Amino acid sequence: MSTERSHAVGEHPELPPPSTEVGIIGWVRHNLLSSTTNIVITVLTIYFLYVIIPPMLNWIIFDAVFSADSRDDCRAIAKAAGHEMGACWAFIGKRFEIFVYGFYPVEERWRINLSFILMLAALVPVLFDHVPNRKQGLWFSLAAPFIIGWLLLGGMGLEPVPTDKFGGFMLTLVIGVTGIVGSLPIGIALALGRQSHMPALRMVCVAFIEFIRGVPLITLLFVASTMLNYFLPPGTTFDLLLRVLIMVTLFSAAYIAEVIRGGLQALPKGQIEAADSMGLKYWQSMRLIILPQALKISIPGIVNTFIGLYKDTTLVIIIGLFDPLCMGRASLADTKWQGLSTEIYVFVAIFFFVSCFSMARYSLYLEKKLYTGH
Amino acid sequence: MSSQPEGAAPDLQVSDELIIKIKDMHKWYGSFHVLRDVNLDVYRGERIVICGPSGSGKSTLIRCINRLEEHQQGDIIVENVELTNDLKNIDAIRREVGMCFQHFNLFPHLTVLENCSLAPIWVKQVPRKEAEATAMKYLERVKIPEQADKFPGQLSGGQQQRVAIARSLCMNPKIMLFDEPTSALDPEMIKEVLDVMVELAKEGMTMLCVTHEMGFAKTVANRVIFMDGGQIIEENNPHEFFDNPQHERTKLFLSQILAH
Repeated sequence: MSTERSHAVGEHPELPPPSTEVGIIGWVRHNLLSSTTNIVITVLTIYFLYVIIPPMLNWIIFDAVFSADSRDDCRAIAKAAGHEMGACWAFIGKRFEIFVYGFYPVEERWRINLSFILMLAALVPVLFDHVPNRKQGLWFSLAAPFIIGWLLLGGMGLEPVPTDKFGGFMLTLVIGVTGIVGSLPIGIALALGRQSHMPALRMVCVAFIEFIRGVPLITLLFVASTMLNYFLPPGTTFDLLLRVLIMVTLFSAAYIAEVIRGGLQALPKGQIEAADSMGLKYWQSMRLIILPQALKISIPGIVNTFIGLYKDTTLVIIIGLFDPLCMGRASLADTKWQGLSTEIYVFVAIFFFVSCFSMARYSLYLEKKLYTGH
Repeated sequence: MSSQPEGAAPDLQVSDELIIKIKDMHKWYGSFHVLRDVNLDVYRGERIVICGPSGSGKSTLIRCINRLEEHQQGDIIVENVELTNDLKNIDAIRREVGMCFQHFNLFPHLTVLENCSLAPIWVKQVPRKEAEATAMKYLERVKIPEQADKFPGQLSGGQQQRVAIARSLCMNPKIMLFDEPTSALDPEMIKEVLDVMVELAKEGMTMLCVTHEMGFAKTVANRVIFMDGGQIIEENNPHEFFDNPQHERTKLFLSQILAH
């Protein structure tokens, strides 16, 4: 019997794993070089990245021109520096304000800035648990939409600004955030209504959901911009932006409702039975037991819908609202800067990517936070 | 049976106060007649074990008592309150009747302590502090106070079922219904749950228990009910029931489950 095998049955000591199984070497072996196919894929990927990344970085950063007065200026600066002309970001810099504020009056733009800060402040207590004075914070969050509405629209002491001056990223945020905030509660109500034991209520919810889902958003926006005039009594002025907000909210609410219905159906029947057997009332069971679990399951789907809605706000361009893409096109009409559409669209893409990627990361954070080991 | 609980007392007091009265009760699932002419009187302090082959309607019967299932004919009177469509009566009865399920049905998104204090806080408007103190008291009784801040998903099956029992007890029920409380458990966990149930019986709780634990029936129950095809076929004290079954179907059932 050798010394290594001298311990009794059931008393084998814990040994460290072999060095080829852990650390960087282990990771590379397991993930990049585990089989012939894997090796081929790894090599191809590295080659692909080599081909794509350096030219992209050159265009975006190293060969880019950040301050100039026209496109020719950009080219001259690049030539003087002795390289190809990369992105001409100077154009974006010159146009930055119109991208952000749309046609909002210059001297009133502080209201948009303040609104943006208020919005961020209102989001903090809603999105995160461990913030000081969260309870008071939530009251503020409840009040914030009204304050922001007043700030943006004016009236009551502020210079009124008509909504057709809204544009750019500010318009995207107004439509996107209103749609998201409004569609979640409506979606929950629709999902519960669709599960209701009352046939009339159930049928109304089903009809609403199926109608909205069966019609493209663009159609609904056209309806909002033109058709409503026929239905409303003559002479009523019904703000176009308000109509769009309602349509976008209802549209996404229908999708949210279906996502949440999926979550509701994933819950075992025993949950509601347990709640019932303890004497909880319907709304108590929903609020305390069913919805917290159903919403948690639905987080990926809900955030997916929100991201879709946020990006679909660009569709308002076709009924004449000035979304960021529209601002971009308008900028391209400037003869000094002609031909720089790539810069415009990359810039708009980055804006949307940052917003949507933040939502996606938040949803992952939330899923992790709510994980309770089952 | 390996999981037979110890220290039971078959000669527990049973009062002559009627607590549940089921009279000529019928229930259908669609056109399927699941419960047929069930009559059952339960007195305070009784420990009744209901057994029978699967599909015999035993779970449905006890689920009718707290209206998780609706009966279509006959009367069910619990604590002098008749079960009708009146939501007030249903709520009143559910406050007095606790229930434990085969799959525990704990709320996975709440901690053990929150599971136990939820119903007292929301249904009985007990202040949170007091509800949590009560919850801790019952968690100690089922011998898992140290798990109070964990989530159900982090506990073993036996521990989860004991939490479920504690959760029901926090509502201070007069009657406890058990719907196959040990059927989903690993063998070594059955005993810890049965021990808690035996304790409960000793304290005089009125219990109706659907179970296949014949050891439990022999030592704790004062009455065993055998159901088949939606009917009560036979009922007797455990001694007579096991040693001298009257009905052919009872004999067959007993021979099948006691054979191993």
